[in-house]
Amino acid sequence: MKSLAELQAIKNKMKDRVVLRDGMEGARVVVGMATCGIAAGARPVLNAFVEGVNKEGLEGKVTVTQTGCIGICQYEPVVEVFEPGKEKVTYVKMNPEKAQEVIEKHLKGGQVVSEYTLGAVAV
Amino acid sequence: MKELSLNILDVAENSVKAGASLTQILLTEHDGVLTLEIVDDGCGMSEDIVRSVVDPFYTTRTTRKVGMGIPLLKLACEQTGGSLAIESVTQEANPVEHGTHVTATFNTNHIDFTPLGDVSASILTLIQGHPDTDFLFRHQTDGGTVELDTRELREVLEDVPLNSYDVMEWIGGNLQEQYEALSADAGMSGEE
Repeated sequence: MKSLAELQAIKNKMKDRVVLRDGMEGARVVVGMATCGIAAGARPVLNAFVEGVNKEGLEGKVTVTQTGCIGICQYEPVVEVFEPGKEKVTYVKMNPEKAQEVIEKHLKGGQVVSEYTLGAVAV
Repeated sequence: MKELSLNILDVAENSVKAGASLTQILLTEHDGVLTLEIVDDGCGMSEDIVRSVVDPFYTTRTTRKVGMGIPLLKLACEQTGGSLAIESVTQEANPVEHGTHVTATFNTNHIDFTPLGDVSASILTLIQGHPDTDFLFRHQTDGGTVELDTRELREVLEDVPLNSYDVMEWIGGNLQEQYEALSADAGMSGEE
């Protein structure tokens, strides 16, 4: 059972990790979660990033957050990746499979997946 | 929207944006009628704004950013013969008890009823995006009730964020177990 006692155990385990994470300057993945994004399928994309980042052990280096309408509704689901000292990368028309690829190649490997970026999709 | 749970996610976001400290998402299923209530203690809306968010054609330039969220929910309930109501009290009108109460009813046996879909995923998404806001989720069916109150979790977690991965996993598992415990004849639940 997922009891409150189990939650208490998670809390005790997390306490130390929270301290570790403070002050880390990592990548930020921002998923557009306004009406346009949600209708286009942003919820599973966000979920894929949250799960994938954890599965790949990137949780100390990458934070996944949500934002409102980015203004390019026709390209939703839109995901922006901000990395310190680098230009913002905008991924468009995302899905969970593409998200997985971005985690592996971009967030882990450091290579932007150009074919999914706004520059490649918008002509 | 393909699932009502996506409308729920979308409209509940408005509550968070209105500065709510607690957003309640209440689902009640009984006798072929599903009632969805989204209740917040945010800044509230004036009568004029309430009118404009319900009908997109009343929207003027100044309220343009209100958007399509409420009209889409209105469509989803009215196409089943149900209805949408919004009550709101602004902070100016009542500094103590203010906020917005959205009520949507659906006839679940209507052919145009949009399936509820994965409500748990929407609750998790809200918590992931707004770990410092509280949510009360309650889904009442004839087969039992599923309930989650982040205020209770916060008491246990203290300063550990609600959107830590392990905590989110616990919440997801907890909701799943509660849904599985509902009796089989409860009709549709949050599971797909």
